[in-house]
Amino acid sequence: MTQPFLKVEGLKKVFPALAGGEPVTVFENIHFGFEKGEFVCIIGHSGCGKSTILNVLAGLDDATEGHVFMDGREVKGPSLDRGVVFQSHALMPWLSVIENVAFAIKARWPEWPKDKVREHGLKYIELVGLGHAVDKKPHQLSGGMKQRVGIARAFAIEPKMLLMDEPFGALDALTRGVIQDELVKICAATHQTVFMITHDVDEAILLADKIVLMSNGPYAKIAEIVENPLPRPRVRQEMHHDPHFYALRNHLVDFLVCRSKLITLGELPADYNPLRPPVVRPMKVAA
Amino acid sequence: MTRSLSFRATIVSFVLLIAFLGAWQLGTLPAAGGGAAATYADPEYAALMGGAAAQASGLPSPGTVGETIASQLANPFYDNGPNDKGIGIQLAWSLARVLAGFLLAAAVAIPLGFVIGMSPLMYKALNPYIQIMKPISPLAWMPLALYTIKDASLSSIFVIFICSIWPMMINTAHGVSSVKKDWLNVARTLEVSPLRTAISVILPAAAPTILTGMRISMGIAWLVIVAAEMLVGGTGIGYFVWNEWNNLNLSNVIFAIVMIGVVGMLLDMVFGVLTKLVTYQE
Repeated sequence: MTQPFLKVEGLKKVFPALAGGEPVTVFENIHFGFEKGEFVCIIGHSGCGKSTILNVLAGLDDATEGHVFMDGREVKGPSLDRGVVFQSHALMPWLSVIENVAFAIKARWPEWPKDKVREHGLKYIELVGLGHAVDKKPHQLSGGMKQRVGIARAFAIEPKMLLMDEPFGALDALTRGVIQDELVKICAATHQTVFMITHDVDEAILLADKIVLMSNGPYAKIAEIVENPLPRPRVRQEMHHDPHFYALRNHLVDFLVCRSKLITLGELPADYNPLRPPVVRPMKVAA
Repeated sequence: MTRSLSFRATIVSFVLLIAFLGAWQLGTLPAAGGGAAATYADPEYAALMGGAAAQASGLPSPGTVGETIASQLANPFYDNGPNDKGIGIQLAWSLARVLAGFLLAAAVAIPLGFVIGMSPLMYKALNPYIQIMKPISPLAWMPLALYTIKDASLSSIFVIFICSIWPMMINTAHGVSSVKKDWLNVARTLEVSPLRTAISVILPAAAPTILTGMRISMGIAWLVIVAAEMLVGGTGIGYFVWNEWNNLNLSNVIFAIVMIGVVGMLLDMVFGVLTKLVTYQE
């Protein structure tokens, strides 16, 4: 059997005991994988450890147990192969937009001359629609624009995989919609592999090919891996006309509202195997 | 019609200055009848001092001080031997000592502050020493410095060094330790080397805090140099003040006080400008 592009094996995270408490096992026995070019979202309630999983994938955090392999090699520590878009955009406020992006490009290709770095940076800044704000400082930008710079910076190093920790969580709904559309376009153009955390069901349906559902923590599990039955390219204005849209949406909402809790209490299918979480594909039942 | 705030503030400043000078002038008017010289019990001393006795007997008037300032500033770099040098030369000596001690302190405090800020272990290990050393009056070091260094001028540089090191070190450590984790994570995911991270992420992030520490240090150094030079003597603005006190030339003492204030303000302004240059808005 061939190995998937990204493979997570038996991940477990225990947080050390706080004063007077006991150590907390946030999640254990986490197994999943996905292929190159796929857009994967992970959904779960706060405290289920999604951010920790993403940080382990990024190499910023260590798991207590388990391994992550990307492209056949074990992930140990951060790498330029994995770009990260941080929830709080994490731009350096003393650098302008282009300088922030160039900081990443110079780290990726230290041998490049200045104009090549700038040219490459400009390409990605235009891609996120910020060609008019190249020399502005982050404090002169709105929240949405800052997050776009964060996205441009992550794309500019052309990583094998992009990791996004709720990148649109702090944005208003309108701005979020615009940037989501841009992200769909960029991903379609670059065939970028993306792993993203979200709380927003509609965002997951629009962006993700696969949606990983996590039950509540502690002892969070991967309850299911949902395949998106809506074909690419998905367009926000039209996708709710797709016959399978509501089947998928109801399935996801249902999970978040009820099942995520019950699973933690032990209500799992009899044949549940953490090594191979069930894969489902919610479709409209033919009348 | 209301003028701008700074215009009105300038007027108030001038009014206060004139009121102060007026009060000073009134306070230093020669006593009525008899003349100032008559107040001396010893006529021989009065005769010896001649006209100068009248002036030396009390505080000089604003006019006298004004004349002193004008004549001193007209020729700031004259050198008539060890006890009679122009104010420019004295200030240059003081500034050179302050700068030498300050730069030495910066060369030690900023790297050490980086280490303390980045390593919780070093922070905990060094903190008790810093807490004990910080409140020591720098002049208390003077005898020890004179004994070990055996050179008055170097000793005063050492005193400046020891007093400017603490604010710079503490501020650097604080600035470095409070650099946002996100920025460091960005550098980590980009595989930026620790040295380059220190230079291109931590340094600019902590620069405003570091410069504030340097500004505080410079302020303290300028306060301390006057006292240190009074003790060690020879040259410098502090020595000038002490020397003129021994000469009973209060006019020159007042002139020196004004100059100390002006130079201190200029030094602070330089750091104000530098701080502004590295300050970023989030």
